Amino acid sequence: MSATVTAPSAHQIRPDRKQVKDTKTMFYRLLQYISLAFYLIFLGFPLLWLISASFKSSAELNSLTVSLIPQDFHLGNFPDAFEKQGLISSAGNSLFVALLTTLLVILISLPGAYALARFKGKIRAFGTGWILVSQVFPVILIIIPLFMILKTVGLVDNLWGLVLVYTTYTMPFALWMLQGYVASIPVDLEEAGAIDGASRLKVLITIVFPLLKPGLIATAMFSFVSAWNEFFFALVLIQSPENYTLPITLKMFVGGEGKVALGPLAAGAVLATIPSVIFFAVLQRKLAGGMLAGAVKG
Amino acid sequence: MSNTQLTEPLAPDRRNPAGAVKRNKNAKIPMSGVGRAQRREAIYLVIPSLIPVLIFSVAPLLIGIFIAFTDSTLKRNHETQFVGLDNFARLMGDQYFWESFRIGMIWAFSVTALQLLAGMGLALLLNSNLKFQGFTRLLALMPWAMPPVVVAIMWRMIYSPNAGPLNAALGFFGGPDSINWLGNFDTALPAVIVVGVWVGMPQTTITLLAGMQQVPMELNEAASMDGANAWVRFRSITLPSLRPIITSITSLNFIWNFNSFGLVYVMTEGGPGGKTMLPMLFTYIEAFKNRNTGYAAAMGDVLVLVVVGLLSVYLWTQFRGERNS
Repeated sequence: MSATVTAPSAHQIRPDRKQVKDTKTMFYRLLQYISLAFYLIFLGFPLLWLISASFKSSAELNSLTVSLIPQDFHLGNFPDAFEKQGLISSAGNSLFVALLTTLLVILISLPGAYALARFKGKIRAFGTGWILVSQVFPVILIIIPLFMILKTVGLVDNLWGLVLVYTTYTMPFALWMLQGYVASIPVDLEEAGAIDGASRLKVLITIVFPLLKPGLIATAMFSFVSAWNEFFFALVLIQSPENYTLPITLKMFVGGEGKVALGPLAAGAVLATIPSVIFFAVLQRKLAGGMLAGAVKG
Repeated sequence: MSNTQLTEPLAPDRRNPAGAVKRNKNAKIPMSGVGRAQRREAIYLVIPSLIPVLIFSVAPLLIGIFIAFTDSTLKRNHETQFVGLDNFARLMGDQYFWESFRIGMIWAFSVTALQLLAGMGLALLLNSNLKFQGFTRLLALMPWAMPPVVVAIMWRMIYSPNAGPLNAALGFFGGPDSINWLGNFDTALPAVIVVGVWVGMPQTTITLLAGMQQVPMELNEAASMDGANAWVRFRSITLPSLRPIITSITSLNFIWNFNSFGLVYVMTEGGPGGKTMLPMLFTYIEAFKNRNTGYAAAMGDVLVLVVVGLLSVYLWTQFRGERNS
């Protein structure tokens, strides 16, 4: 790097010094690549191992041979996971809960986000304060009475109860994301619409919503993945196996010691990860920006 | 969107002409007003999101604080009675709870510190012009994207005493064989801490990286011309400009880690012998396995107090930072 910057004259005057610097830079570079390799192994190896296990036959998994590459790519784990281990019904439950949560979160937080972004003052201060607190508050104290309340109204062990709870706990961050997207739409555009005599609803539908589409998609994906991945509420609130969501079924797989079918378990785990991977692949840049804003501004 | 308020024409607020005078430039901007009509409208817009929060978050919270003063259980035919401070008195002498509290603190502290160190290292690497950057970035985000249950299952496989790759690798280098990482008293907590770092690192890395990219490149170049080596540049340029981000993510990460549940629960359920029993696991087991909801709520109260304390430290640092800048 610095070698290319060095002018020829300097090169002629101090050839020995340049050489020292070059070896130093090279050594530094080498060190950087070694640490990068360490990170890549630390981050990537567990993933590779999981994927590899999902293609291993149970005979290979139960033998003591340890190898990253499956001996013969065994595709049976995926259908096995679906058919025999009840994953298909719990994937259905997860899909139902996640889709409904997404819909509710969007419907409810859209007006709220608009208000947060456009109205200054107490409401905005209160809203952002509450959003921050909701991100760090331990749910353990809330879950005990929540369980009792939902039990009284018959919503324990019920997917609808889960949807309501997920909606409540996904909304704060969804609101925060959405209000950021609303704030990025210039108010002047709305003003222009208003001057042309359009009603507020018309302004919202014809001007704001079309511009908000990417934000809505991002928020919807976030809500979907949150509900799809959620574990704690489902563990407490869902009791009968036919109502299990995917994370709970996977957990019960692990808990049901004795004969754990490792191959289908790994296959199920891989399948459960797919929605989130899509989400992060699409949104990684936006999320990084959002994280930073959240970290700095609180 | 059936809210009738939305269909009102976007007339400037007649009841608050003062607002228009004060902020002349914004006078015609339809929804940035501060008048009473606008405020009422804002409240209508916020109400749909407030209702579920009141029912499923605020009400349970208040009830939760109250339940701690009763002998509430989930057992049948049990009449709940008010018992005053009994639960808290019992909690004071509950060595298992305080042990889980201690483990929770060790866990939260180690994970947060290692997350910061490892995340800083990776962010620095990603911020220098090395090859494989895009790939590393994407890979670094994966742990964050995965469902916690899947992460736990995956690491159980890695740590497996039988055909686990970790033992195999150690065996290859002549290390001891067949360590039951998650089942051994001495190794269980460090083993789950490593997984905690694995999961939490991406967020720290990406946040730090985004912060580093806001440091003007000229600063580093100028320092480099003046002969400052990488370490000096890091200490005197990068680190000071990252300070607000570091305080903020460290305190948030600490609170998040202290509150964590699913990851460790699936890996060990708090075992072996309670060596990985985080406070949230302990409270969960007391409430929903032992069914002593009143007593568990008292634990919850104490834990909430701790988090509120940490939160006020965080807010205080934020506030102080804002005043200084």
